[in-house]
Amino acid sequence: MKITIEGLTKKFGEVVAVRDFDAVIEKGQLVCLLGPSGCGKSTMLYMLAGTEAATSGKIYFDDEDVTYMAPEDRGVGLVFQNYALYPHMTVLQNICFPLEIQKVPKAERIKRAKEIAKLVQIDEYLHRKPSQLSGGQQQRVAIARALVKKPRLLLLDEPLSNLDARLRLVMREEIRRIQQETKVTTIFVTHDQEEAMSISDSILLMKDGEEQQSDAPQVLYDNPINAFTANFLGVPAINNIYGYVKDGKFHTHDNSAIIEHEACKKAPEGRKLAFAIRPESVELSDVKANFKAYLVHTYAMGKEELSYMNVGTTEIRGYLPNGTEVDKEYNIRLKDKGVFIFDEETGERYA
Amino acid sequence: MKAKNFVKYALLYLILGIGAVFMIFPFFWMITGGFKTSQEISAFPPLLFPSHFNLKNFEFALETAPFAKYFANSVIVTISSVTLSTLTTILAAFAFSRLDFKGRDTIFALLLALMMVPFEMIVITNYRTIINMGLLNTRLALIIPFTSSIFYTYILRNFFVSIPDSLYKSAKIDGCSNWQYLWKVMVPMARPSLVTIILLNGIAAWNSFFWPMLVTNTSAARTLPFGLYAFMTEGGARNEYMMAAATIVVLPMMILFLFARKYIVTGVSKGGLKG
Repeated sequence: MKITIEGLTKKFGEVVAVRDFDAVIEKGQLVCLLGPSGCGKSTMLYMLAGTEAATSGKIYFDDEDVTYMAPEDRGVGLVFQNYALYPHMTVLQNICFPLEIQKVPKAERIKRAKEIAKLVQIDEYLHRKPSQLSGGQQQRVAIARALVKKPRLLLLDEPLSNLDARLRLVMREEIRRIQQETKVTTIFVTHDQEEAMSISDSILLMKDGEEQQSDAPQVLYDNPINAFTANFLGVPAINNIYGYVKDGKFHTHDNSAIIEHEACKKAPEGRKLAFAIRPESVELSDVKANFKAYLVHTYAMGKEELSYMNVGTTEIRGYLPNGTEVDKEYNIRLKDKGVFIFDEETGERYA
Repeated sequence: MKAKNFVKYALLYLILGIGAVFMIFPFFWMITGGFKTSQEISAFPPLLFPSHFNLKNFEFALETAPFAKYFANSVIVTISSVTLSTLTTILAAFAFSRLDFKGRDTIFALLLALMMVPFEMIVITNYRTIINMGLLNTRLALIIPFTSSIFYTYILRNFFVSIPDSLYKSAKIDGCSNWQYLWKVMVPMARPSLVTIILLNGIAAWNSFFWPMLVTNTSAARTLPFGLYAFMTEGGARNEYMMAAATIVVLPMMILFLFARKYIVTGVSKGGLKG
């Protein structure tokens, strides 16, 4: 099912949680609502589920306006961060519950619940109570309960945040697999950019209730629309060197370093700027260099070394070949990808 | 270290033991007294056990006073008032915890404030009401004033409030109505609290004395505790008969306690309930 969101706004009193939000989510996609805590992403999710009413704007499922439709009529499945399993029911009873409410005959209920339990691989635990399951298993039960009524849209609220690091990796693969097997349009909320990058078809990046950028994960990474997107995505984070452009060259504010780069031509003179460099975009150079950097220390990462170097007074991180000697000055050349210039104040991208 | 612990536990058990004897002895005296002859019960020094267990006193008690009738009344009154008050408690607790309506918290605070009014004060108005309703000397008079309980509503509401919102939202998305959510999710989850409430309420209803004394003058509507009192005054001061009658009155509650001890104890200690 295709989802269209038009000018969606949600206010809690004076506080605007979601502001004039537009988005289109294509059928069968796994879309991630990404953003820092308190950016309104969960509110967005609950408005799609129908448990929060929109203040203004419209939500369409395919061509149907569902903005004011009751949650139970929308055909959505929702998985909560804390799973919200019924503690007094067994796994099977939990999964059957939505069907019981829909008055599906008992035999069919159990048949469908068992099918879906098999899909999420909890069919061995059908007669246990939720308290007897691990976090990952509870998560699977919650997903099964959301899927059993064959929803048009599956919503997951921070599905992995209650799991430990190892299980998180397993479950995010699982969510991807389950989504691809059921082909249900899925939206999931997270503040973890790595999680978002690794499993989603598309990311909707939010900040302060507003959409920042929406596209495939790699596009967001390679071509951020503003400083927020560039800074939010990527581990280690992008390096920012603050300064200004004069005579086609980038100077740091304290004039401790100069960067010569063709991108500088696109940036306006007289503005405070941030020269942003992805850690993997630096390389050593004998001849043509963009700037000089003093190598302070390195961490072995196997294939390469994560290196801390000083550009003037600014410390940046980058990947350099193994065995690069520390306490020396190097000529650094920048690759074509992963180099941007943003406005320091507005975050607008110039190059 | 070990010796010190031994002394500590010996002391502890001694104190607890003395407490237990104090608690149990009246019951013991009552039950054995019911089997004694009139000579045995007034013998000095007192006899702990009767020479032989005869059931004459019980027969006499059951013949003289209509204890079967009292027993039936007690059962009817207890079951009806517990059923009704549990029902109103569940519904009120749900309303005060889940439903959003204007003045909800104000009304709840007012109800809680009413708990400060002692029962003896309400008795007079309740008595007038019962008379005006023409219910004097009926079982209804014993049931109607006890069909709701602010205290149990408060206890259950607090439990309902502690159930995470996400369960409610999740059920809503699945198309669950408030009514279904209450009976399929909240009530089963609150089972331990509810069992405790039902038991404590049941005991209170069964043992209730003051109110039945006010509104029942004839044996038709009397319940066991007041029946026992009536038997005492009507049957003269024959201790062995009274002991037998008292045993008949208390026995059902003692049996109930033995079976439901776990719920009563956890309910009283965890839920902060009092009897």
